Amino acid sequence: MPTINVNKKEFMKLIGRKLSDEDIEEKISMMGVAVEEIKEDEIVIEVFPNRPDLLSEYGLARAASTFLGTSKGLKKYNLNKSNYVVKVEKTLENYPYAVAAVVKDLRLNDEKIREIIQIQEKLGLTFLRNRKKGGLGIYPLERIKFPVRFTTEFPEKIKYRPLEYPEVLSANEILEKHPTGIKYKHLVQTWKKYPIFIDAKNTIISMPPIINSHDVGKITEDTKDVFVEATGTDFKTINTALNILVSALADMGGRIYSIKLIYGKKIYHVPNLEPEKIEININYINKKIGLELKSTEITNLLEKMGYGIKKKGKYITALIPPYRTDIIHQIDLAEDVAIAYGYNNLKPEIPNVATIAQENKFEVFRRKVSNILVSLGLLETHTYNLTSKENQTSHMNTNIKCVELLNSISEGYDVLRAWIIPTLMQILKENKHNEYPQNIFSSGHVFKYNSENDNGVDESIRLAVVLCHSTSNFTEIKQVLDALSKALDFKYEIKEVEHNSFIQGRVGRISVNSVDIVYIGEIHPQVLENFTLEMPVAALEINLTELYRLIKTT
Amino acid sequence: MDIKGLVDKLHSLERKVLPLLNKYVNFDDLVKNSSLQEVEVMRALQWLENKEVVKINSKEVKTISLTEKAKVYKELPERTILNSLSDKETTLEELKNKTKLNDTEINATIGLLKKKASIDIQKDKTLKIRLNENGKKLVNKKTPEEELFIQIPNHNNYYKTDLTFDQLNDEQKTAFENLRSRGLVTLNIHKERIIMLTDLGKELIKQKIDLNVIESLTHEVIKNKEWKKKKFRAYDIKINVPSINRGKRHFVDQSIEYIKQIWLDLGFQEITGNIVETAFWDLDALFVPQDHTAREMQDTFFIGSKGTMAKGKLPEELANKIKKVHENGYNTGSKGWGYKWKPEIAKQLLLRTHTTVLSAKTLSKLKKQDLPDKFFAVGKVYRNEALDWKHLFEFYQVEGIVVDPNANLRNLLGYLKEFFRKMGYTDVKIKPSFFGYTEPSAEIFAYNPVKRQWVEVGGSGIFRPEVTKPLLGFECPVLAWGLGMERIITSYYGINDLREIYKNDLKYLREVKEFSM
Repeated sequence: MPTINVNKKEFMKLIGRKLSDEDIEEKISMMGVAVEEIKEDEIVIEVFPNRPDLLSEYGLARAASTFLGTSKGLKKYNLNKSNYVVKVEKTLENYPYAVAAVVKDLRLNDEKIREIIQIQEKLGLTFLRNRKKGGLGIYPLERIKFPVRFTTEFPEKIKYRPLEYPEVLSANEILEKHPTGIKYKHLVQTWKKYPIFIDAKNTIISMPPIINSHDVGKITEDTKDVFVEATGTDFKTINTALNILVSALADMGGRIYSIKLIYGKKIYHVPNLEPEKIEININYINKKIGLELKSTEITNLLEKMGYGIKKKGKYITALIPPYRTDIIHQIDLAEDVAIAYGYNNLKPEIPNVATIAQENKFEVFRRKVSNILVSLGLLETHTYNLTSKENQTSHMNTNIKCVELLNSISEGYDVLRAWIIPTLMQILKENKHNEYPQNIFSSGHVFKYNSENDNGVDESIRLAVVLCHSTSNFTEIKQVLDALSKALDFKYEIKEVEHNSFIQGRVGRISVNSVDIVYIGEIHPQVLENFTLEMPVAALEINLTELYRLIKTT
Repeated sequence: MDIKGLVDKLHSLERKVLPLLNKYVNFDDLVKNSSLQEVEVMRALQWLENKEVVKINSKEVKTISLTEKAKVYKELPERTILNSLSDKETTLEELKNKTKLNDTEINATIGLLKKKASIDIQKDKTLKIRLNENGKKLVNKKTPEEELFIQIPNHNNYYKTDLTFDQLNDEQKTAFENLRSRGLVTLNIHKERIIMLTDLGKELIKQKIDLNVIESLTHEVIKNKEWKKKKFRAYDIKINVPSINRGKRHFVDQSIEYIKQIWLDLGFQEITGNIVETAFWDLDALFVPQDHTAREMQDTFFIGSKGTMAKGKLPEELANKIKKVHENGYNTGSKGWGYKWKPEIAKQLLLRTHTTVLSAKTLSKLKKQDLPDKFFAVGKVYRNEALDWKHLFEFYQVEGIVVDPNANLRNLLGYLKEFFRKMGYTDVKIKPSFFGYTEPSAEIFAYNPVKRQWVEVGGSGIFRPEVTKPLLGFECPVLAWGLGMERIITSYYGINDLREIYKNDLKYLREVKEFSM
């Protein structure tokens, strides 16, 4: 999850209140962000993906000042009228939208420029899903001649000097040579035409969502007025992104001017900073949190979270700040009320409601099996379901189809096991320095492809037992099987089979009511050698899922 | 211990060895004069030493013995040669015939006699040797080497009666070195054990020691009623005994059972299910948008081979509802995510990333008349992470849901607090957090009173209506939590490296304590 670095002094100045490190730790983390680290003059804050509006010092300070009580309710942003026009023409089907705004009278310095870049980058990375859903751009206003057009062009016809690059490049060259171009090439390379912003002098000012022009798209300390735009795949998303950006710029001291946005015959005035409204259901909120708050208490708490409140007779409406993206249901208001109330002020309560407990019956059976084996002196091990193909096949002298993982990053763990004995063999291999006898067992999942099932595999739970010491043999492992069969009251048969993991003539397939429930035998010395073992191993594997079913139905 | 108790506890071996200590002090003698094996005598003596009855002093004894070469000599070669010579010259050939010594021996001995200036040698065609005055004296007198030679016993065993190096005077020592340089004698170093009775031992030996006690109560002893006639040897019951390896459940399974029991005690039903699931159940049904990072390769294990993702099947009717919920909120009162939902993405097969998938499936089968109800699961979940001390790719999650029309956030806190209290954590607090499928969402911290610290133990919340309504078919709050099982138990076992939990070191498994609170 994204983190932002916040300058402590600046942050407190913005809130209008001093905070000790304990205050930051205790209070800030209760408002819905995680305090990662408190340094001498900096705080590292982790912002959850539902609150992209907190991805800047200004956004965070705005939320903190109402939460801590130095201000109250919805912060109003004045929208000034202007004659700036942006025309959206011939857009791409999968990248059709653009919105824009003008912000004037910014007094930028290094710090603020860094902050603007941080917002732009973090929003691009998280809220806009690494620019997959869109991008943001900021330009010095005086370089641009309106009206600006958002249009498309063939890559070979796009030529301009990209940001921080010494020379003019074509679109294709940008994707090959410019660091940002290389990074985001994958987003656009299948498109026939690329989206561009172009001004009234026919100067290309940027190629979203890749990169701005250096000549007209670089802000400096001398920049006072800026043109900002957001483009992308979803109109609502880019509007919110634009709102988050312009409200932070306004918090920096800028004045927001609206733009006339022309989509063919439709005309919008953006940014749209009009708060959306949601009716407050006092009952619902109280019920979900477990409180009995009065309506004024709830409205106060919502104001603490930055909402505006409008009352009309019996109806109370919450005005959702235009930079919030996560308020889509009454339950979202309930959460904000709970946060404002303070999670640490909630009294735990177990309701007086009777329900009947029930352990899973197969799990009861499985535990019984484990306890029987323990009573025979066996040691239980606990094994991963993930293993290597070699462990399951070549090391066991056999060939068996395993369910494969597409993308495991852990070497040696790239398939789901098809049987358990190999996992126990690996344990024996790793315990050669420990005392013998090593008589161990494990029960767990095994997997096999089966396209009949919704999840494409058969999953069952199996048991494996291996006996390893200088005289372990078939008799001994069969005694274990006999003990299980008596204790669990099932009758079995053993059929002679050939299986390369075992010694020929000393391996059998166990069946109950003519249903195979897997193997018993002495492990082949070649397999022992593969696992570098110098002790004989007698082994047993039983499909417990199947056995349980068979026992239940007889 | 009183002397009587000491007598009673004597092992039959000790009883056999003890009387001999009156006569013998040397270990070898004790062995020779007992009817016991050397190891038995040794064991008895060690036990007696532990009881402070005897003291065993070991010292090195250097004995002298003949080499194999020297063992064949009746006398030293110089004597043979001296006896064959006279003041008349004898040729080398004649000497060889007379003495039957080989060339090397003859040459060496002639050299030796020459050094002692007892022969004259004339070099002609052959060597001619005769005794001089000095030599004649030697014929009747033994050399120091000869004196020593005859004293060395001609056998292969070493006894304390053998000649020891320390017994030699200076002249003998020189003779010994001379013989040694000729390869005729060697020095053997061996350990001699002298057994001394302590004061307690001297007291003990005066006691009446019954040789005829019962060592083991055997079948024969019982059958022959021998126990009626004889006394039992008393044991030293404080003695350390060898450890045995018992059968044992794995400590994780023990912990899981304990955790399960808590939820059962609180009236929860256990739920289980598949590990391989469609993304539909793991993510889509939980209102996780299809462009969410959890779908990306680095976080989740997908099933498939050679670059092709395996796909499963969707429950059609429910999938239709979920599609609408994602796209526009459907009938949940929500606005949805506002994008086009694709069934192909939902069909991708993966290893479940949380046990919440079990909760989702349970909700989809639940009927209104079953409410209120509570469910829990302790199951394996997967994250595609490299294994290190604080990351496992396969681990357990403790899942719980409460489906109750009246459930609220305070109840959630109540259940969690009770669970953690039973797990040995004295307090629980929650902090605001974010999970896509819960609202409100809370991170859970539990207080470990032993380590005196808050531990982050999992996530919780109330399922969003976008999750519950399509699954249940009606609206009902569902409290939910997912706790990291390993996180909760590591401090109990003092484990710092998560990899230790599934290492299966048999020594550790045999020795680790049982789980009990």
